[in-house]
Amino acid sequence: MEPEDIKRMIEDAFPQDTVEVEGDGQHFQALVVSSQFEGKGLLERHKMVYAALGENMAERIHALSLKTLTPEQWEG
Amino acid sequence: MSEDIVSKIQSQINENDIIIYMKGTPEMPQCGFSAQTVGLFKSYGVPFTSVDVLEDPEIRQSIKEFSNWPTIPQVYIKGQFVGGCDICNEMHASGELEKMAKSAVAG
Repeated sequence: MEPEDIKRMIEDAFPQDTVEVEGDGQHFQALVVSSQFEGKGLLERHKMVYAALGENMAERIHALSLKTLTPEQWEG
Repeated sequence: MSEDIVSKIQSQINENDIIIYMKGTPEMPQCGFSAQTVGLFKSYGVPFTSVDVLEDPEIRQSIKEFSNWPTIPQVYIKGQFVGGCDICNEMHASGELEKMAKSAVAG
């Protein structure tokens, strides 16, 4: 599993948003900046990203560390 | 997911102010993320219960369906799912996790 694969899957659920992914094949860090996060708590934001990854998350991604920000938080 | 596993999990999270589903035990964690998460609660000096999912494969799978969260560890405070290692670290950084933990055990 490559960072680009994860980035593409997240981008499908977060079109026109900022998505950056780094990783070593097993452990990944992703930054997602989207106005879809407005008014949503941390858990809900992370669940939205996990939903975009679907089954892959369970089997092929051992660990994913997420930064989920709204545009204001990102520029702020 | 069978009925009795759901009610087993439900009673575990209701009967414990803080419960952590983890790989291994607080003394012998078997995964870095479980160790990190348990470490946060140890640093707060609050009592908590842990469930070693490696000892119970059925719980290990069912807890993920129960919370709709794909990974272990999983932390529940006052019957509410809080998150995994990543979210606990972020809430620790903001001080929110310690506040939640201490008020949960203050009872």
